[in-house]
Amino acid sequence: MKPNLILHVVSKFLIPLIILFALYVQFHGDFGPGGGFQAGVIFSAALILYALVFGLDAAEKIIPSHLLRILASLGLLIYAGVGVVALLLGANYLDYTVLGSNQIAGQHLGILLVELGVGITVAAVMLIIYFAFAGRGRE
Amino acid sequence: MIDILINITLLAFLAITSVAIVRLTNLFATIMLFGIFSLLSAGLFVVMDAPDVAFTEAAVGAGISTVLMLATLALTKGQKKSHEEDYEEKPSRAHRPWLPLAVVGITGAALVYGTWDIPGFGDPDAPAQTHVARYYIENAMPETGVPNIVTAVLASYRGFDTLGEVAVVFTAGVAVLLLIGGKRPKSSTSLKGDGGQDET
Repeated sequence: MKPNLILHVVSKFLIPLIILFALYVQFHGDFGPGGGFQAGVIFSAALILYALVFGLDAAEKIIPSHLLRILASLGLLIYAGVGVVALLLGANYLDYTVLGSNQIAGQHLGILLVELGVGITVAAVMLIIYFAFAGRGRE
Repeated sequence: MIDILINITLLAFLAITSVAIVRLTNLFATIMLFGIFSLLSAGLFVVMDAPDVAFTEAAVGAGISTVLMLATLALTKGQKKSHEEDYEEKPSRAHRPWLPLAVVGITGAALVYGTWDIPGFGDPDAPAQTHVARYYIENAMPETGVPNIVTAVLASYRGFDTLGEVAVVFTAGVAVLLLIGGKRPKSSTSLKGDGGQDET
């Protein structure tokens, strides 16, 4: 792709803001609208913008596709693992109450971890799908 | 009052967009209009006080799926067959618009008739609100300490559901990887035409 100065400058300015917003949506989801699903999609949108402007090879240097596969599985494992930890601590599956010193703290920690798992998996899967589609077009 | 005005405006734009999507033959423009359609829907969700859903619709519908459709478009032709070409292949006698029109009209009328019995928007006595919604509204804050009830229901009360949803997303990624994700052989014969498309 022919390098375009305006696109480069504007996207370099925008991408950090998009990632920051994704993190805000991720970790502020308890208090405002948002959560893991939305944050994951916004995060992947930042990297897709990078891939669109700077090319797929540059984006794959930042996040290699084998790392994406690990991350996609890791998010789901975090989610399911929180449930197993609750099980080991003597509660029902995915009952976060036992994770903390009291009910509120346990629920908070559980929801935070679970949303983190959701966000990681969604972001990684969106990037996997985009890379798979965009990679078909090369040569 | 202002809500009704915004609703009418957004719905009118939605209708215009859908008619334009049906009539256009340029697929690039169609994809852009799909994105606009999603954005307008997101606006409607905001008016209905559902910011979480609006967020998802704007990010997924207007953002990611538009990009994915564009990526697909880059691999295929950019132009839908015009109607004339379609008719040339099939004899025009086979095309009878009245039966589909009648089916759509009758189904639409039945659905509109069904809406007369739907309780008003936000009615606290509606069947959907009387089951568990009251419990969540009363107990979500003292039980989980999370002010956003949507997050409390999504991640805690319905945590097992959400685990399933994440598994679905993960499965979709695995399926895409299996179908088209593999590393293609590095230009062994350097096919740049159509022949290179069916290697995986």
